[in-house]
Amino acid sequence: MTQDILDTIAFDDEGFMVDASVWTEEIAQAIGEALEVKLSDRHWEVIKYARQEFEAQGEPPTLRRITQQTEVSMKEMYQLFPGGPAKIAANIAGLKKPTGCI
Amino acid sequence: MKTLLILGAGTGGTMVANKMVHELDSREWEIIIVDRDETHYYQPGLLFIPFGIYNPRDVEKPKRDFIPLNVNLILSDIELIEPEKNRVQLSKDKQIINYDYLVIATGSHIQPKETEGLLDGGGWRKNIFDFYSPDGAADLARFLKFWKGGRMVVNVSEMPIKCPVAPLEFLFLADWFFHERGIRDQVEIVYATPLDGAFTKPRASEILGGMLEKKNINLEPEFNIGEVDNKKQVIRSWDEREISYDLLVSIPTNMGAEVIGRSGLGDELNFVPVDKHTLQSSAWENIWVIGDAGNAPTSKAGSVAHFMLDVLIDNMLRHMEGLELLAEFDGHANCFIESGFEQGILIDFNYDVEPLPGKYPLPGLGPFSLLKESPSNHWGKMMFRWMYWNILLKGGEMPFESQMTMAGKWQ
Repeated sequence: MTQDILDTIAFDDEGFMVDASVWTEEIAQAIGEALEVKLSDRHWEVIKYARQEFEAQGEPPTLRRITQQTEVSMKEMYQLFPGGPAKIAANIAGLKKPTGCI
Repeated sequence: MKTLLILGAGTGGTMVANKMVHELDSREWEIIIVDRDETHYYQPGLLFIPFGIYNPRDVEKPKRDFIPLNVNLILSDIELIEPEKNRVQLSKDKQIINYDYLVIATGSHIQPKETEGLLDGGGWRKNIFDFYSPDGAADLARFLKFWKGGRMVVNVSEMPIKCPVAPLEFLFLADWFFHERGIRDQVEIVYATPLDGAFTKPRASEILGGMLEKKNINLEPEFNIGEVDNKKQVIRSWDEREISYDLLVSIPTNMGAEVIGRSGLGDELNFVPVDKHTLQSSAWENIWVIGDAGNAPTSKAGSVAHFMLDVLIDNMLRHMEGLELLAEFDGHANCFIESGFEQGILIDFNYDVEPLPGKYPLPGLGPFSLLKESPSNHWGKMMFRWMYWNILLKGGEMPFESQMTMAGKWQ
């Protein structure tokens, strides 16, 4: 089921969705499953904020911005999205890879 | 009279003052530049202080020496920027300056207080140091001179940082320095970085990562520091990894000036949102941003401020004439990376092109090797201090083009 949904979506070399506008909550569930992240309400709070921020700014939010603008702390971000919270949150939210670092 | 107000007399602000004084008619315009500090630091030189290659006096000169006489230099803190009223409040004498055009050049600064236990855990300036501030670099020099060895951890708290290659240069020079002192075998060197490799861009990251390995420097990638535990002498990441240290050299979180945040002009790190091609503020059309005060997704480095200069000046003058702005800044950055043992590497890149190997053509001086160690890159770096004080700050002609060129680069 998961794989079926993912097969219909275009991803870039690093696994980020090419077109953020075709994202749906089902796709988020499927990407989450593929990354072994089970989405809770707290995950959704971050994902929805990331979507909203991307629509306003054209860029996925940085980790620091997420923790400033939502109720989710830095520590919790690492528990919710282990490995690379801003990157994984953007990935599940169907956004491009954050360009935080130059 | 109209007023051009420049906030910050560092690399960017000083260059803008020197250029604009020739562009604007002094019967119509007053140029004012404000800075809190009377000393100009040659910041690329701070890197050399911990190893005794430079001493603090080698990187300091009075700011006044670089500001044209007919520009009004005011030494003061800035209380508040009020863009809706086109005015700035200073701390000194509670002075208020009304402006027609404003250039923000307030830079970026380390904020060790952003990391728990870094500044307030007891080890700061005892066995925890930074080298991004003049006094931090000088204190570290005193420490290193007599250090017997142990485990030195170099840690970047959070990106972006000013001069993103500086931590690597610090590591390369430390390797050389401990060799020279005859204690390299007594020192374990660890580099803990939030990046997934040695550098931000793939080809350079691979080559620089290989150099770390060759020099026996251990890389700990994707390490996002949550706290410094001064008692146990470990740094701990948000995902609970621990790295122990005897000496911690920290590159703390870099942020824009506090007045930017206070005035509601900044993003979450107090960097001013700016159009990355025109250098005009995203929010206010008579505000312009140069160098690392802004959020343009390029390196926070003096070379970048220099490459921004011509585009920024042109666009400000065009705006004054009611002409369309030119979207000409391409994110161009170039840096000499000091790699120890009198060798250096040169990288040259922009928003779209990552650092590539090849040759960098430079009439009269070059070519310099790109992404490859060479003695001439080292001498290029050492010579640069003279060029900085004598040509660059004064807005003179440098032998580099603002826009990056592909000439000499191998794809």
